[in-house]
Amino acid sequence: MTTSTPLLELRGITKRFPGVLANDDVSFDVRTGEVHALLGENGAGKSTLMKILFGLYQADEGQIMLRGEEATITSPTSAIEQRVGMVHQHFMLVPTLTVVENVALGLHDARKLRPDLDAVGARIREISEEYGLEVDPDIDVWKLSVGERQRVEIIKALYRDAELLVLDEPTAVLTPQEVDDLFVILRQLTAAGTGIVFISHKLHEVLALSDRITVLRNGRVTGRTVPAETDRQQLAEMMVGREVDLAPDRPIVETGPVRLSVSGLHVTGDRGTPAVVDVDLDVRGGEILGIAGVSGNGQRELAEAIAGLRQLDRGSISIDGADTTGVTPGMARAAGLSYVPEERMKDGAVGEFDVAENLLLVDHGDSRFIRNGLFDRDQIETHAARLVEEYAVKTPTLHTPTSSLSGGNIQKLIMARELDSDPLVILAAQPTRGVDIGAAEYIHRRLVEQRGEGVAVLVISEDLDEVFALSDRIAVMFDGAVVKIFDRADATRESVGLAMTGVV
Amino acid sequence: MSDFFTLTVLVGTLASGIRTAMPYLLAALGETVGQRSGVLNLGVDGVMLLGAFGGYYTVLQTENHWLGVLVGLAIGLGMGLVYALVTIVFHAEQGISGIGIFLFGLGFSDLLFQELVGTPRPIKPLPKVEIPLLADIPHLGPAFFQHNLLTYVAFALVPLTTWMLMKTTFGMNVRAVGENPQAADSLGVSVAQTRMGAILFGNTMAGLAGAGLSLQLAIFQHNLTNGLGFIAVALVYFGAWRPRWVLAGALLYGMVTATRLRWQSLDIIPRGASDVAAMAPAIITILALVLLASRVRGPAALTKPFSRH
Ligand SMILES: Nc1ncnc2c1ncn2[C@@H]1O[C@H](COP(=O)(O)OP(=O)(O)O)[C@@H](O)[C@H]1O
Ligand SMILES: [Mg+2]
Repeated sequence: MTTSTPLLELRGITKRFPGVLANDDVSFDVRTGEVHALLGENGAGKSTLMKILFGLYQADEGQIMLRGEEATITSPTSAIEQRVGMVHQHFMLVPTLTVVENVALGLHDARKLRPDLDAVGARIREISEEYGLEVDPDIDVWKLSVGERQRVEIIKALYRDAELLVLDEPTAVLTPQEVDDLFVILRQLTAAGTGIVFISHKLHEVLALSDRITVLRNGRVTGRTVPAETDRQQLAEMMVGREVDLAPDRPIVETGPVRLSVSGLHVTGDRGTPAVVDVDLDVRGGEILGIAGVSGNGQRELAEAIAGLRQLDRGSISIDGADTTGVTPGMARAAGLSYVPEERMKDGAVGEFDVAENLLLVDHGDSRFIRNGLFDRDQIETHAARLVEEYAVKTPTLHTPTSSLSGGNIQKLIMARELDSDPLVILAAQPTRGVDIGAAEYIHRRLVEQRGEGVAVLVISEDLDEVFALSDRIAVMFDGAVVKIFDRADATRESVGLAMTGVV
Repeated sequence: MSDFFTLTVLVGTLASGIRTAMPYLLAALGETVGQRSGVLNLGVDGVMLLGAFGGYYTVLQTENHWLGVLVGLAIGLGMGLVYALVTIVFHAEQGISGIGIFLFGLGFSDLLFQELVGTPRPIKPLPKVEIPLLADIPHLGPAFFQHNLLTYVAFALVPLTTWMLMKTTFGMNVRAVGENPQAADSLGVSVAQTRMGAILFGNTMAGLAGAGLSLQLAIFQHNLTNGLGFIAVALVYFGAWRPRWVLAGALLYGMVTATRLRWQSLDIIPRGASDVAAMAPAIITILALVLLASRVRGPAALTKPFSRH
């Protein structure tokens, strides 16, 4: 058999945003029936490239070839007409509409008075059966789990006869089991001849699923390979552009006394339903306890309760032996807690404040920084300069607005502020979510360092690689409860992944 | 008090409550559709005033009610085009644009009234349409089946609006662009066109509501609506963006207003307290809003302009 023309060929795509070269002469192709992975750090330009393919952006330079012919794609509608389907990183679903309605959107002109929802529903059922995409067409989308919503997205594309399917970070929000299910579906699709672009920054997934891999860094292609000829380490280095240390060394540390103790904790969530149910946890000095779980299983509420940011219904919390049940955030800090919140731009830093001001946020009442009742600018700048230096925060000046830093640097800034206070307990929620590998590596090293100094570290993370890289013990949360606590030595990805779905 | 609890008075009050609810209901149904598409229009009261004057003046000149209604509709449609231009084409901030429309309507309707009419002159009121047979049922007949045509139309529009929102392609698009315009756009639904349609519908209904008000009262004067359009916007929140709950809100408002007027005329409310009593409907609405506010979430994209980049 001769090599046929590829289904898709992107030739020399360049895309500039004000101040950013998002894609720089990128070429990329997909053949029918294959999975071609696009791997790269946050901000590497993966989504931009695919949005160009989907008509959401226009390339400044370069060509799009579909089935050997040059294609002009000016809007999502024209992409759909040319049988390109896209499952966006942030789902493009209307939660208040039913599954059928979500699929039917845009199928009919508004001049057609009523959409033919029965026919659409019937076709959805056919597609569901053919590819094992189980979902009830008549249910409101907001009632669906994340995995089911993703299936609706795939159905939407298949309904429109997509031959080329782009999935932008499809696994970011899934449990390990859901990822396995998704891979089964994707393999069925390729077997039926669909070409798939699989975007990810998770190395083991890319290795497990793809036929070919293209690596993007700072908008440029920095590597092309196939899974058989590479490994995680090599891929990580193509992504980052230098040597990286995927798992920090964790020297053996003698554990100390219990520094953080949570017992019988019950917390109500924003919706008024129980979010944390009867949770008991003890973290000793010199130990990292990782909490694994799909987000939305009570982790955020647990963290907020410990940090004094959320009322608790029952139970008790103590930090270094002192009762901190129901205290204010300030009192929890005074007892020795440092908190790295999940939503760094909402709860961790003030975007409009400059770097120096954000570094001062928790110490603004400290007499070191006050002279004659006013802030002592010199002291504040010296303090900020030292932290920026010590924690390798990349910022043009100390007076740069924090919102203009990258996610990784904002997180390093928050870490600098939180670790500088010599805490006894560190509570870090999703410490490296959306952060580049370099910064993540650095943040992990710092957390392990704190463990070495006898600090009790509680890390909440959805990223199993992170949980495994850091933890001495792994607690799994499901539906508000800690369903199981593993010793690091007994935990496997499979056993933890299974516990994350509530099966123990 | 015992004067109030006679059958005739109760029936009269009920009928007057239903009539009073008509303009609120029309305006609020229109605003419901607009808000479902993600567009807030605080200019409803201004559009109503223009529609009210247009309808009144037409009837004053021609004595033709249906021409008056038509003019009210046309004025609403015209103002809808203006509002769509400002908010959809120019992406202006919706809250401020709406206030602008309101102030324009308030001022311009008064200017036209002063210039063209001067002193309030009554017109022929909208005729009652008695529904055959039903109108003759004792007590129920006078309460429910002896109203002007616009009142029946307003009530009929409740299920029709629900049907439009929930069953038609346009309604589905409206709900989609009000909740997640990016998603609708990615499937080729035109967010601009859909919102434009919803705005035109909403403003046309506001124009109709205005004409309905002046033709029913058979008069026009400075600021005839007296904030009625703002109450209609509040009723949309009160009704949690659902036509049948908006209807419940409009009826509640109409009934409280009618009861207050009746009590005042029967001297149940002391003279000195009449100003306080006049606030009752507003206070009840605000209380209901406060109680409901945390329970129901509105369209997620409400007040948010849409652009692709
Ligand atoms: N609409 C936009 N306007 C300006 N800059 C953008 C826009 N979209 C993306 N960028 C920038 O382009 C770069 C690539 O972003 P993106 O394609 O989203 O990366 P990835 O999907 O690989 O994480 C980033 O620096 C990002 O900040
Ligand atoms: Mg992306």
